[in-house]
Amino acid sequence: MHLEYNVEGGDFTRAGYASSQIKKTLKQLNVDATVIKRVVVALYEAEVNIVAHAYRGVIYADINGAGIQLRLADEGPGIADVDMAMKRGFSTASREVREMGFGAGMGLPNISENADNFSIDTIVGKGTTLNIEIKF
Amino acid sequence: MKIQDLCSLVGGTVVCGESRLDDNVEYAFASDLMSDVLTVKIQNFILITGLANIQSIRTAEMSDVPFMLLCRNKEVTQEMINIAKENHMLLVRSPYSMFRCSGILYSAGLKPVY
Ligand SMILES: Nc1ncnc2c1ncn2[C@@H]1O[C@H](COP(=O)(O)OP(=O)(O)O)[C@@H](O)[C@H]1O
Ligand SMILES: [Mg+2]
Repeated sequence: MHLEYNVEGGDFTRAGYASSQIKKTLKQLNVDATVIKRVVVALYEAEVNIVAHAYRGVIYADINGAGIQLRLADEGPGIADVDMAMKRGFSTASREVREMGFGAGMGLPNISENADNFSIDTIVGKGTTLNIEIKF
Repeated sequence: MKIQDLCSLVGGTVVCGESRLDDNVEYAFASDLMSDVLTVKIQNFILITGLANIQSIRTAEMSDVPFMLLCRNKEVTQEMINIAKENHMLLVRSPYSMFRCSGILYSAGLKPVY
């Protein structure tokens, strides 16, 4: 199964909509609840990152019997130092993002913790693509 | 702890999800930082927070948190209620602070996640 969702940068009222839809799909497919939680926690942090840090993006989800492959490709500023961005507590988030309950530099480390495979491809000035794989 | 009893302890009013008042909850986590809530591995706890916006409801949804206690009578929008209802969540508002709510519920036997 293949799913796609557009995400707008800065649109906090809709942040989480795609994660919510994918969660519903996984529930319908009777995926184990603890696995669903790992998927949607990683996905939601990644979706919020597009809203918080990029201009726009697309979430692609591919689901089969073995697991889920998520790709979040955004147009945005990119990440200059990925190792630094991956550190717990590192954040360039705005006050608006912090008021939403994010922006503590905990997103990328938590995505990494929940994923079986996780990679970041980024070009400064162009955008960022996250690949997240979680096995069922 | 029965949700109904929890509500009375914090002087709470139910915003939505009345049908869950007979449910039981064992654990609680109190935070205004949603990224921190998302690190909690267990499901079925009550989220105690002062952050009332779409993102705190979404965080509860993603975390499989069925119960949410909003401190200091924070305003709840219709959109928040819609998401809560869609996910069969119970939302309670208390006039007390997060410190007071947490203190009362901890003393009454609700367990901390950490
Ligand atoms: N999609 C993205 N585009 C540009 N920068 C990003 C993106 N995702 C993360 N970052 C950068 O990495 C930092 C750390 O991200 P994260 O761990 O999610 O923490 P937070 O979002 O709370 O700041 C962000 O503050 C930002 O500088
Ligand atoms: Mg983030």
